[in-house]
Amino acid sequence: MEVEAVKLLAAGLAAGLGAIGPGIGEGLVAGHALAAIGRNPEASGKIMPFMFATMAVAESTAIYALVVALLILFAF
Amino acid sequence: MLDISLAPRALFYLAGFPVTNTFLWTVVISVIIMVLFVGVARRMRNVPGTTQNIIEVLVEGSYDFVNSVTGSEKKTRRIFPFVFTLFVFILACNLVMFFPGQSALTVERAGGVIPLFRAVMSDYGLIFVMTILGILTVQIVAIAVHGPFGYLGKFINLKGFKDFFKNIFQGKFKPNLIGQGFLDLFLGVMGFVGEFAKIISLSFRLFGNIFASEVITAVMLFLAPFIVPLPFKFLGLLTAIVQAFVFAVLTLIYITMASEIEEDELAEEATM
Repeated sequence: MEVEAVKLLAAGLAAGLGAIGPGIGEGLVAGHALAAIGRNPEASGKIMPFMFATMAVAESTAIYALVVALLILFAF
Repeated sequence: MLDISLAPRALFYLAGFPVTNTFLWTVVISVIIMVLFVGVARRMRNVPGTTQNIIEVLVEGSYDFVNSVTGSEKKTRRIFPFVFTLFVFILACNLVMFFPGQSALTVERAGGVIPLFRAVMSDYGLIFVMTILGILTVQIVAIAVHGPFGYLGKFINLKGFKDFFKNIFQGKFKPNLIGQGFLDLFLGVMGFVGEFAKIISLSFRLFGNIFASEVITAVMLFLAPFIVPLPFKFLGLLTAIVQAFVFAVLTLIYITMASEIEEDELAEEATM
């Protein structure tokens, strides 16, 4: 294969595989947060900000994968 | 083909200093925010107008939220200005992206046609500086709270070894303490690495999200110009607001964590 083709493949694989884990993780975070709000609807104001903060933390591996994909595409 | 570039482009040079499209907008947005907030603060009225009302709700709500995270009024008063400024600036920069028609404004330069506008938060240099400011604050707060030796002791943790040798001097041999010592040392080194990981994850989270939402809208516009890019634009709007919040809250949480004295430290101080 040519270098250019391998680059494109590698970038797609990096971003796609890196998105699996965070997808599962964010789903778990949101699911548990919604369950908590269902049990105690008055606490939703307290739960929501922390839900977004923890989702952002779970997202960071996807962002690393995205950065790697961008580096493959643009920097090399 | 699509025109996607990681780095912002230079619009013109000011005494050898390249003025990029993101830098121009950073200055413009900062000036607008400052004029708005200072103007409202100068002319506070008992019966607030619309602008004053919106800003009051924003400031009060954020203050209460920061207070609920730090848990003490004294800390909130010190942290709030920094965190809130970060939040308002990032939010304003992200929302300005959604004014329609701005991608049509271009400037012709030697390197080709350069868009006059670019999402400010897709300039990694700016985000890196904001992150460094936040992480430096975290280190300074940690040094101020734990003292310079307590701060270094978090990274070079020799407590397990100390206990081991103390027990040997007292004639007791406890081999499990040396394992504890190695574990403490390892965790200390991990904490050191973690400080750098914070910089990378915090800065790339904001950059990656904003840049990705820009790129995905561009790609969708390229593939299908009508209707189809709309849902992606809405998703971009959501990330623009959430990421501004997340960046500020994570900085706040890091600073709060650094300013908290751990329980075993308190116990140590009590016995000393």
